[in-house]
Amino acid sequence: MRPSTIWYILKQGFKNIKRNWMFSVASVLTMAACIFLFSIFYSITTNVNYITRQAEEKVPVTVFFDEGLPEERILEISDIIRQRPEVENIVYESGDEAWEKFKETYFGDDSAAADGFRDDNPLVNSSNLQISLNNLEQQSELVSYIEGIEGVRSINQSEQAAETLESVSNVVYYVSLVIIIILLLISVFLISNTVSVGITVRSEEIGIMKYIGATDSFVRAPFVLEGIILGTIGALIPLGAFYFIYHEVAGFILRTYNVLSLSIDFISAPVIYRTLLPIGVALGLGVGLIGSFVTIRKHLRV
Amino acid sequence: MIDLVDVTKTYGTDKPALSHASLHIDKGEFVFVVGSSGSGKSTLIKLLLKELDATSGSITVSGERLGGMKHKRIPKYRRKLGVVFQDFRLLKDRNVYENVAFAQRVIGSPSRVLKKRVPEVLKEVGLSDKYHSMPDELSGGEQQRVALARALVNRPDILLADEPTGNLDPQTSDEIMALIDTFNARGTTVLVVTHNKEIVNAMRKRVVTMKDGLIVSDEKEGIYHEA
Repeated sequence: MRPSTIWYILKQGFKNIKRNWMFSVASVLTMAACIFLFSIFYSITTNVNYITRQAEEKVPVTVFFDEGLPEERILEISDIIRQRPEVENIVYESGDEAWEKFKETYFGDDSAAADGFRDDNPLVNSSNLQISLNNLEQQSELVSYIEGIEGVRSINQSEQAAETLESVSNVVYYVSLVIIIILLLISVFLISNTVSVGITVRSEEIGIMKYIGATDSFVRAPFVLEGIILGTIGALIPLGAFYFIYHEVAGFILRTYNVLSLSIDFISAPVIYRTLLPIGVALGLGVGLIGSFVTIRKHLRV
Repeated sequence: MIDLVDVTKTYGTDKPALSHASLHIDKGEFVFVVGSSGSGKSTLIKLLLKELDATSGSITVSGERLGGMKHKRIPKYRRKLGVVFQDFRLLKDRNVYENVAFAQRVIGSPSRVLKKRVPEVLKEVGLSDKYHSMPDELSGGEQQRVALARALVNRPDILLADEPTGNLDPQTSDEIMALIDTFNARGTTVLVVTHNKEIVNAMRKRVVTMKDGLIVSDEKEGIYHEA
């Protein structure tokens, strides 16, 4: 294709958009709403996944021991477990330490209440080993190994916590998937509508073009371009806005929750945009393409 | 240049719009096709433009057989034809120059060719001073001149004119026909569909008369027969 032809098609594409600008604005806004919601859901799902993984890594496998098992034996077991390839780190917490931590968490400054237990540590048998893993998938393997060791009373796994978070993340995932699909369909419909208005307005011109000997692709190109431009603008606006909103909201949540000393962390905006940006732009472009193609096939007999 | 052999065109189950028509037009000829409405003239034009396909028979134009022509080939084929219509069909949002240049852009002519060729053809139709006029600012005759310039800017082998004087007064009609005649004299094959009796009788060209889908007469230097 000659540069002059490309230039001509480009000009026609923009002319289409300008000529029925109300429809164009409507399509861009719907597309923008769609991509904006997509960005929200995408970042929620990825962050829930991220936090889940963090939680899984932070909540270790905790091993408790038979009553009265001497500390030396526990440390011996600790050394054996440490040899396992799955183990990243292993921490011993004695019954006294467990009690101190418990007191601090639940009684706080109210030492009088805690003093009631003074010489009678209720958690005396709570000596435990806290194990973090290299790879969570090896958890069950490690657990069944530890279960076989003599002196082990019970094992607490992080699985349950992880599963809860995972099911929350799944719900968010499916709900957002459905909403996004509905919005995408609306966007396709609106873009298709906009392009079809353009085709109707220009039907006479299209007829003349055909008599003169314009190829199908020459007739179609401005309309395809129109769809692509609408879709891409409709994607770039919300993606740009969401970048800053995400940054602000993540910062706000962290500040609020840090007061509650909950240690959560979000993926940073640049990291999330490494995937969100290409997916968002591709969605906009794709919806624009599909919208215009559907219409051209239906309304543009060439 | 144009060859129809036993061509029939039926729409649905109605009686044929064109029935067993055979017609041969040589390169450089000037032919009037006359007849009342419903005689099959419009169908003939549509068949030649490959807007419609013949139900039976074969059509060859400028060396190309239209039957079984691939869809992709049609635009290339149409570039061999120039067409003008009764209602001019100009683009109302573009000036004279752009209307003619449009035909060159559509076929992807490089801009240096376009810049040379568009003024050339506008001069030939006598509109050198109207480049920037919009179609609505022009008289009917001037609009048809623009349409003619657009039809001829790509130097087609054949000019098809469908009632080119249908919307024009007698004097303007004569001017337009004279213009078409000069293009014919330079080698363009011309086929004019009309029911303008005065013009046909004045020009004394070949006249093909149609009635009810049949070619009823074909005369050299003919006159208009009320069919």
